[in-house]
Amino acid sequence: MNPIYLARRRRDLLVRALCWAAAIFGIVWLGLILFSLFWNGLAGLRPSVFVEMTPPPGAAEGGLANAIAGSLIMTGLGVAIGAPLGLFAGTWLAEYGRHDRLATVIRFINDILLSAPSIIIGLFVYGFIVVPMGGFSGLAGALALAVIVIPVVVRTTENMLLLVPNSLREAAAALGMPASLVIRRVAYRAARAGIVTGVLLATARVAGETAPLLFTALSNQFWSLDVTSTMANLPVTINNFVQSPYAFWKQLAWTGALLITLAVLGLNVVARLIGERKGK
Amino acid sequence: MTFIAPAADSAPAAAFAADGSTKIAVRSLDFFYGESKALKNINIDLAERTVTAFIGPSGCGKSTLLRVLNRMYDLYPGQRAEGEVLLDGKNILGPKQDLNLLRARVGMVFQKPTPFPMSIYDNIAFGIRLYENLPKSEMDGRVEAALKGAALWNEVKDKLDASGLSLSGGQQQRLCIARTVAIKPEVILFDEPCSALDPISTAKVEELIDELKERYTIAIVTHNMQQAGRVSDYTAFMYLGELVEFGETTRLFTAPRQQRTQDYITGRFG
Repeated sequence: MNPIYLARRRRDLLVRALCWAAAIFGIVWLGLILFSLFWNGLAGLRPSVFVEMTPPPGAAEGGLANAIAGSLIMTGLGVAIGAPLGLFAGTWLAEYGRHDRLATVIRFINDILLSAPSIIIGLFVYGFIVVPMGGFSGLAGALALAVIVIPVVVRTTENMLLLVPNSLREAAAALGMPASLVIRRVAYRAARAGIVTGVLLATARVAGETAPLLFTALSNQFWSLDVTSTMANLPVTINNFVQSPYAFWKQLAWTGALLITLAVLGLNVVARLIGERKGK
Repeated sequence: MTFIAPAADSAPAAAFAADGSTKIAVRSLDFFYGESKALKNINIDLAERTVTAFIGPSGCGKSTLLRVLNRMYDLYPGQRAEGEVLLDGKNILGPKQDLNLLRARVGMVFQKPTPFPMSIYDNIAFGIRLYENLPKSEMDGRVEAALKGAALWNEVKDKLDASGLSLSGGQQQRLCIARTVAIKPEVILFDEPCSALDPISTAKVEELIDELKERYTIAIVTHNMQQAGRVSDYTAFMYLGELVEFGETTRLFTAPRQQRTQDYITGRFG
């Protein structure tokens, strides 16, 4: 056989083997994490987890009801505040500011915010909200999560709108449609699946955030839906319980971690399904 | 194939002398993409209820000229036109011209079919709703009339709720024509409307253009000289941003007055 071709085949085989090895190396750890999470978490998954409050030290019964409710409230509130802001900012970047120098600056700052350590965002909200308001609160927690949601939604909204072909905007403009309507009725519609996916992924991202809540919502041992006082939540509860000496707390931490993972997994599956429906 | 432009050949191109009244008059039009000049001193008249074809090699400025007529270029910074474009005698290049109202009067059909991501019905109704508030029954009638006008009704009447994107390429292009016709424009600009279509769809669209000229003033940009010959009453040949020759289609194709027109239509360059 042709020696050049043989050499190419050997190189191909080698590189492919390396690719496989790298892929397997990455997936094995992920698999182990998921396995240990399910193994340890499922053991404590009982109905009482969803109805009973987080137990005091040393108690042998209790659940995560207050933490689950707090997480739902703060995540929901954070997304409700952050997603519209991100949506508007992303729309400006993609539609109005496309040829604007300011857009380049905003995009750069947004990228920095996107990769900012979440503990810094927690400290920022601590300084700006918690200290002036005189105490930790669920609202401060929600705001910290909102600050994390904004750059994610800005980025995905802008990217998805940029994927909408200009020919579609021109076609709409050619009918005498004002720019605001072109965006609302045509561009949003064409980019809808991608934008919704972005919001869901941002939700999944903040659902598991611990650091920003440590400085803002803190935690709460009791049932509370009052966003002006401290609020229980899954990530901080897991963080506290897993460091404790009590076996039951540790068990609850595992179960809480499993619940967050399942929720994030569910959101990702929904996002994927919406993304696939786009083609139809 | 080389083409050498004859020296000092700048005969007036606007040789328009039809009996019909002028719908659009272009006067001393220059167009710039940033610093580069894409159109040079264009003068041309489009007669009412006729089809005018613009031919010429890629980059000659024919699409650019079309996009001046509804000021589509205004969507992009750095593009500007100088001179005058008179629509019914009124200059549309002025700063006071309302662009949305202009585009409602001067419709455009693009090279690639661009149905909106919504139902077939809404693709048509959407444009109508921009300027008219109609009760449902009347809207149904308008949608039906538009689809019939674009020879699409029989193919889609049982699936008006289906997505416009589910149609074939040729059907999508006729949907876009229906959408344009539905808002009752006065002028329709076609920018290479058949270049993405198969021969049968092309024939349908050409037939349609022939019917539409009963009611509308039509300008069509095409790469296909046979198409220009089939559908148009007048033809303009453009080259390197200049209007080289303009006249009745049969005359221009059989007895071109300019050497460059002759060379292009006989396939010696382009």
